[in-house]
Amino acid sequence: MKSKDHYPKGGRFGKYGGQFVPETLMPAINELERAYLSLKDDPSFRSELANLLIHYAGRPTPLYLAKNLTAHAGGAKIYLKREDLLHGGAHKINNTLGQALLAKRMGKTRIIAETGAGQHGVATAMACAVLGLKGEVYMGSEDIERQKLNVFRMRLLGTQVHSVESGSKTLKDAINEAFRDWVTNLENTYYIIGSVVGPHPYPVIVRDFQSVIGRETRQQMVETEGRLPDAVVACVGGGSNSMGSFHAFTDDKSVKLFGVEAGGLGKGRNAAPLVEGREGVLHGMMTYLLQDKDGQIRSTESISAGLDYPGVGPEHSHLKDTGRATYVPITDDEAVQGFNLLCRTEGIIPALESAHAIAYAVKLAKRLGKGKNMAVTLSGRGDKDVQTIAKREGIVL
Amino acid sequence: MSRIRDAFSKSRGEGTLVAYIMGGDPNPELSLRVAEAVIEGGADIVELGVPFSDPMADGKSIQEAAVRSLASGTRPRDVFQMTKELKKRHDVPIALMTYYNILYSPGLEKFLNEARLAGVDGMIVPDLPLDENKDYSRIAKKNGVDTIFLAAPTTTPERMKSIVANTSGFLYLVSLLGVTGARSDLKTSTVDLIKSAKKFTRGRVPLAVGFGISTPEQVRSVVKAGADGVVVGSAIVNRVANYKDRQRAMLQDVENYVRSLKTATKTA
Repeated sequence: MKSKDHYPKGGRFGKYGGQFVPETLMPAINELERAYLSLKDDPSFRSELANLLIHYAGRPTPLYLAKNLTAHAGGAKIYLKREDLLHGGAHKINNTLGQALLAKRMGKTRIIAETGAGQHGVATAMACAVLGLKGEVYMGSEDIERQKLNVFRMRLLGTQVHSVESGSKTLKDAINEAFRDWVTNLENTYYIIGSVVGPHPYPVIVRDFQSVIGRETRQQMVETEGRLPDAVVACVGGGSNSMGSFHAFTDDKSVKLFGVEAGGLGKGRNAAPLVEGREGVLHGMMTYLLQDKDGQIRSTESISAGLDYPGVGPEHSHLKDTGRATYVPITDDEAVQGFNLLCRTEGIIPALESAHAIAYAVKLAKRLGKGKNMAVTLSGRGDKDVQTIAKREGIVL
Repeated sequence: MSRIRDAFSKSRGEGTLVAYIMGGDPNPELSLRVAEAVIEGGADIVELGVPFSDPMADGKSIQEAAVRSLASGTRPRDVFQMTKELKKRHDVPIALMTYYNILYSPGLEKFLNEARLAGVDGMIVPDLPLDENKDYSRIAKKNGVDTIFLAAPTTTPERMKSIVANTSGFLYLVSLLGVTGARSDLKTSTVDLIKSAKKFTRGRVPLAVGFGISTPEQVRSVVKAGADGVVVGSAIVNRVANYKDRQRAMLQDVENYVRSLKTATKTA
């Protein structure tokens, strides 16, 4: 495999990215970048992380040929990259282990994080417990209500959960609150951002830690099919599982990349900044955002709390503008169809986030046709969403 | 010379008082009267917030003020209109404080041109550090609008030098690690911070200290430590919030409070 780096020059992916943070934080993100650059290729850091990923988190994950789903779609072969089988039930642990180790090497003792659906919060809580760090997670009060199970999981794991009452009381507000905490407690605190968002160097750090997904997919596909996939499909909220899936393929022009955004209830009522937004600055980065004509951030709507974010990682904005990746919306209804379809055809309950990717994969498989192969990242398992689905069907559990 | 800098020269011998209120809080009409109460109370410079949905650098008081302002329908153009009205009636420099997306969304050229036409003297943009300022500084300069940069307790000496070289109007020194919001006491580290920042700003640009300052006693300490000015925000905003249904009492309270701060700048 060819080695590549793709480190963003000046913290920019094209015109996107950058460091739009209060002056107080500038030295902290500069310190983070220095620490990351000195550790990312350090043999002892890499082997410690690799060891945890294998023996604690459960890597590598399988690349599973979903025969029944493929037959149902009637076209290209659909392979599922099973990140749902990881410890904690989602890809998030790839990043939290990496960043928590980084924090430890930097001498930080306290970890903070934001979470939407709670998956990043849970993965942070696990990393903190296993590495002996103190964890605190910010979560919007609306999301706390929607994701009670994950809130309790975090508490069981010894992490304190702070309810965020400001703004729309969801993920974006939890990020604001985490930044406010960080700026106050810089000296002992490390902020583990959960997606490829935020000021440079976060988008590159999270991408690098998640890029294990695409590296494995690439190797497994070559082993099984003897060639690269024709398409890679993944859902995009902030965009960490998709960026992690895409990264190993960005130089392989024959591999088409598809990012699936939350189409929510349709036009004007979604969480699809790459489909409906325009460029702006939020949470330290320049990127596509859902915003009104004055630049106020719009509230988002999606059945999946993990995709419910008005922004997106800056590298995705760049991949969109350059045409290297294609971004499409899948509505709540379509995602639920995808959810049910995977349950029944393959006996896998996917996270609602990942169900967006499944729904689009079925459409795409038909279009690509027989003789083609695609890899779809199943970013998480759906236990956390069972209540949402039940409620939608009018069932009280 | 900029009108903001002028205000510092005029109040030489005493501290310059920069009073912050959120534009449009609790609504555009009443907010204009709050600004006048602040001016009546003796503010040397008025800092008007343009509300943003996601104010990352602000504590609870100013966050809630932004929510009230946006809920009453305040748009950036309303804050420009407010600036125009104030400029007609009062000889006081006005700086706008907002987040970068509010400037970037309509376009820097358009926003800063409108700011100039409204009579805005300076801009404070807390999520725009020096490293990302090139276009903004150039376009602001062209429009005769001061770019007031922030320095923090974490700012290194090298960064401090370039921030001082690039700021205009004054240098806004953040007194502590954290977000905006009234604190009951002043840290001894703030006094040291002012003394070391002063080494960089002396003879170059006025130094005003903000974040966490709310009492006349704190104002006195800050001016005594060598600051040329002091910024007070959350404590004024809290008074607006407390009295929102009793306008006259609220306006009187704001005016009296600002007067007590201004008096403190003279007795340091």
